[in-house]
Amino acid sequence: MFEWLEWFTRMENSKVIALLIFFVLFCSIVLYVYSGRSRGERLESYKYIPFEEDDETPPADDKVKRDGTH
Amino acid sequence: MEQATASPQHYNYDIVKKFAIMALVWGMLGMSAGLWAALELAFPILNFDIAEITFGRIRPVHTTLVIFGFGGSALFATSYYVVQRTCQTRLWGDAIANFTFWGWQAVILLGAVSYMLGYSQGREYAEFEWPIDLLITVVWVAYLLIYVQTLRRRSQPHIYVANWFYIGFILATAILHVFNNLAVPVSMFTLKSYSAFSGVQDAMTQWWYGHNAVGFFLTAAFLGMMYYFVPKQAGRPVYSYRLSIIHFWALIFMYMWAGAHHLHWTALPDWTSTLAATFSIMLLMPSWGGMINGIMTLSGAWDKLRSDPIMLFLITALSFYGMSTFEGPLMSLKSVNALSHYTDWTVGHVHSGALGWVALISFGSMYHLIPKLYDTRIHSTRLIYVHFWLATIGIVLYITAMWVAGIGQGLFLRAFDEYGNLQYSFIETVVFLHQPYVWRAIGGGFFLAGVLVMGYNIARTVLAARREAAGSQAAVAASAA
Repeated sequence: MFEWLEWFTRMENSKVIALLIFFVLFCSIVLYVYSGRSRGERLESYKYIPFEEDDETPPADDKVKRDGTH
Repeated sequence: MEQATASPQHYNYDIVKKFAIMALVWGMLGMSAGLWAALELAFPILNFDIAEITFGRIRPVHTTLVIFGFGGSALFATSYYVVQRTCQTRLWGDAIANFTFWGWQAVILLGAVSYMLGYSQGREYAEFEWPIDLLITVVWVAYLLIYVQTLRRRSQPHIYVANWFYIGFILATAILHVFNNLAVPVSMFTLKSYSAFSGVQDAMTQWWYGHNAVGFFLTAAFLGMMYYFVPKQAGRPVYSYRLSIIHFWALIFMYMWAGAHHLHWTALPDWTSTLAATFSIMLLMPSWGGMINGIMTLSGAWDKLRSDPIMLFLITALSFYGMSTFEGPLMSLKSVNALSHYTDWTVGHVHSGALGWVALISFGSMYHLIPKLYDTRIHSTRLIYVHFWLATIGIVLYITAMWVAGIGQGLFLRAFDEYGNLQYSFIETVVFLHQPYVWRAIGGGFFLAGVLVMGYNIARTVLAARREAAGSQAAVAASAA
């Protein structure tokens, strides 16, 4: 019933599968990060986190608000 | 997600202070051991026929104290600080955090003493005998637990990228440490053990560990430091947050494959060697992407390099990161490696990364961090400049001496005469190396002098802050009475 799983146990198959999984995963991360304007603005807004500490004010220049608007 | 906001007064700075101070103490001791080892190579009489300080024993003392004592303590200090500040919550588990401090200091001390007494596993950067390895494992699990629990209690919805690098370093180091140190002790009451691996598999495991110790302990973790302290010191956010995400994932996906480039032209299968070289070349892209991201953070505020010595440390560190991550892939090419392997070029490369990148980014971060921890100002800004120039001159002297030594050594060892015999005897290479070894020791002396200046500057800063705090407490007590 599960004989087909044995195909994955052979190194010549599992190495290629692992490579494909990792490669596709990495490409997907790159696409996710760089596609979509609003997502890009949201991700870039996180760079202000070190300046949001409670005893310091964030830098005044080129501040992007957390809602993604300039 | 649990939430527990904290004001600066409620952060656990005590643990950060302890690790920060011990980082400097181990740094001074470890670099002194390194200088002594360098002097022994130039002037072997300095062994004084004392077994405990011969090169073979003092070298692992040096590497352990600087990598795990100085670097490790600096990483504990900064990671505990950064996770609290960017998650805006207090560090989880005061008692367990104290355990990581005392446990880690015990590891370093026991390691150094055992090497000097002649106990060593003989695995590079993992010379600790098996009982110390077990202690490291327990401390590391506690470290992971503290970090994860603090992240779970964060007030900030997003986990800032510096924490990704720190958590990646903690997880990868755990895997590397456990698998590299799989061994069977001879008995419960002896330090001697035998590795679970043998032959070429043993060599592969050791360099899978060795290179990824560089990749995750000495690179990813210090990048976490960079992604917090460079923007903070510059007063500007990191150049591109999206690039930092790609930087992180690219390092995570690629680094694990590169270790076998340390074993070119050995019994290793040729395809393994080629694969490692290919991934090493590909690593150039994320490394330089990260370097550019860090340096460009200063875009529009380059004038800070004229007025801020801490910024000088941080940006010069990133420049050395770029340089050594260019040199590494270059040396991983089989043709270049045929010349560079088994020579001092490798030692020079390691030190351009270790001194130029790891130590300088740590010094810059510590100069930023320590006055904040003690709510004071640094004792002397002029001494930070003195430290910076001593360190920079020391590094340049060190790595140029090692380029001369390594390339010369490589050329000597592969020169043939007209009959196909080796043109030079081994002793001729040793004679040739004396001069560069002396220059290397001078470079190391400059670097150590800089660290001692830093030790003095920080000691004065901390003592003044304590006096000030004691004075204010006394004034409050007097007014209350």
